[in-house]
Amino acid sequence: MKRNLLWFLSTITVVVLLFGYHTSTSGSMATTSGTVITSSAQPGASTQTSGQGGSGGNGGNGSSGSGKSGNGAAGNGNGNGSGGGNGSGTSAGSGSGNGTTAQPTTTTVTGGVAQTQWGPVQVQLTIKGGTITDVSVLQQPSGNPQDDQINSYALPILVQNTLNAQSAQIDMVSGATVTSTGYVQSLQSALDQAGL
Amino acid sequence: MSRPVQRYVEHVMGMPISLALRGRHADDDAGRDAWAEVMAALHDVDRVFSTYREDSVVSRLDRGEVQLADCPPEVIEVLGLGARAERESGGAFRIRLATADGRTRLDPSGVVKGWAVERAARALHALEDTDFCLSAGGDMVCRTRDADAEPWRVGIEDPHDPTRIIAVVPVHNGAVATSGTAHRGSHLVDGRTGRAPEGVASVTVVADTLTWADIDATAAYALGPEAARWLRTRPGRRGLVVWADGTTTLVTDDLVSGPWDASGSGSPAGPTPAGGATSTRPDSPTVASSSTPPRT
Repeated sequence: MKRNLLWFLSTITVVVLLFGYHTSTSGSMATTSGTVITSSAQPGASTQTSGQGGSGGNGGNGSSGSGKSGNGAAGNGNGNGSGGGNGSGTSAGSGSGNGTTAQPTTTTVTGGVAQTQWGPVQVQLTIKGGTITDVSVLQQPSGNPQDDQINSYALPILVQNTLNAQSAQIDMVSGATVTSTGYVQSLQSALDQAGL
Repeated sequence: MSRPVQRYVEHVMGMPISLALRGRHADDDAGRDAWAEVMAALHDVDRVFSTYREDSVVSRLDRGEVQLADCPPEVIEVLGLGARAERESGGAFRIRLATADGRTRLDPSGVVKGWAVERAARALHALEDTDFCLSAGGDMVCRTRDADAEPWRVGIEDPHDPTRIIAVVPVHNGAVATSGTAHRGSHLVDGRTGRAPEGVASVTVVADTLTWADIDATAAYALGPEAARWLRTRPGRRGLVVWADGTTTLVTDDLVSGPWDASGSGSPAGPTPAGGATSTRPDSPTVASSSTPPRT
């Protein structure tokens, strides 16, 4: 199963590369910190942990600290992550290169913590055979989402016999998603054009 | 209507975006600039999240070409929302879809729309003394500045006859989302079975945020016969389920005392009586007076 072997080797390579290359794509609204990757494969198993420096807390900076990678030869996952802040990590991994058994590798990848309007969010992806098979939340805001901009109250829903849009005196239409192609025939289109 | 409504329409992500503005900046440069900002924000989201674009971050993540650590934090936020929705809906809502070849495909579209429109609406919140209602393909965020103002009147489309309105939701501040298949055929599936849900024609959810109104409408729809029962367990949500047979179930939030609680003396405008359309008993939602809408 050469293909599986190649895939496995490339996974290890990517994992190793990941430590050495952390792109700060964080926008001004979020900070990220910490990346953990766990990979298990047969034969051979590798577990790698990388801590990336604690988040700076200032929005513009995104993330601080960096993972620093050693050289990782394919099939011999060998990287070490050292981060600024509190996230230090080491990794030890050996992926043996004889992929004779065609077991799909299951890898879990843990993302950094994104600071969102709801609070901190951290997710973990499970990847098997190159496909994302699970997404789980490691960290999420407690309670219900609140948007402090919205102090909402809505009035009761008025259920009635069906009406045409004119007699209902409505401003907008809520319905099953209207596509751009279907829009021209929609009630919403009539409202938009009427400019009422 | 005390003040004229100015309307704007553009298309992005394959759907129409309709904006209604009224008040000081409804028809001036500030209003038009805010509208341009809304559209720019939605185009940005499309570039990151579109499953129709091969080069979007989500498509590349799904193909394993980028790692989670390299994704913008917005992707983590959306995946987090999706995973939470999966869990809270017992798996009916999914952000991973089965494909024909037996694989799974990452498709957070069920989260992205409401979330994106709510974010895009930030530009409109900045407009002073201006009310807005921003709709993306039938899901909308509404805001009025003045509690004495006329509420936005959102008509809920009859899924059996999309040219007609089956209910009206007056909204000052909040969000309305509807899931159904009236316009696009059977594209929503119950994540537990992979098949289209049965018995339900559309689900409308009214909530504080469009992110959760949209997610919950999709999840409730996917739950099929359980739609109304599940929606009733959701804090702060209200809604209307239209069943395949034309009957309706109204879901009120009496279980939870929300900001629009009828007892709320602080509500400046005060909820108006609904002509007996709402139930005061949470365990017995009012069914539409005419359970089978007349056809013309």
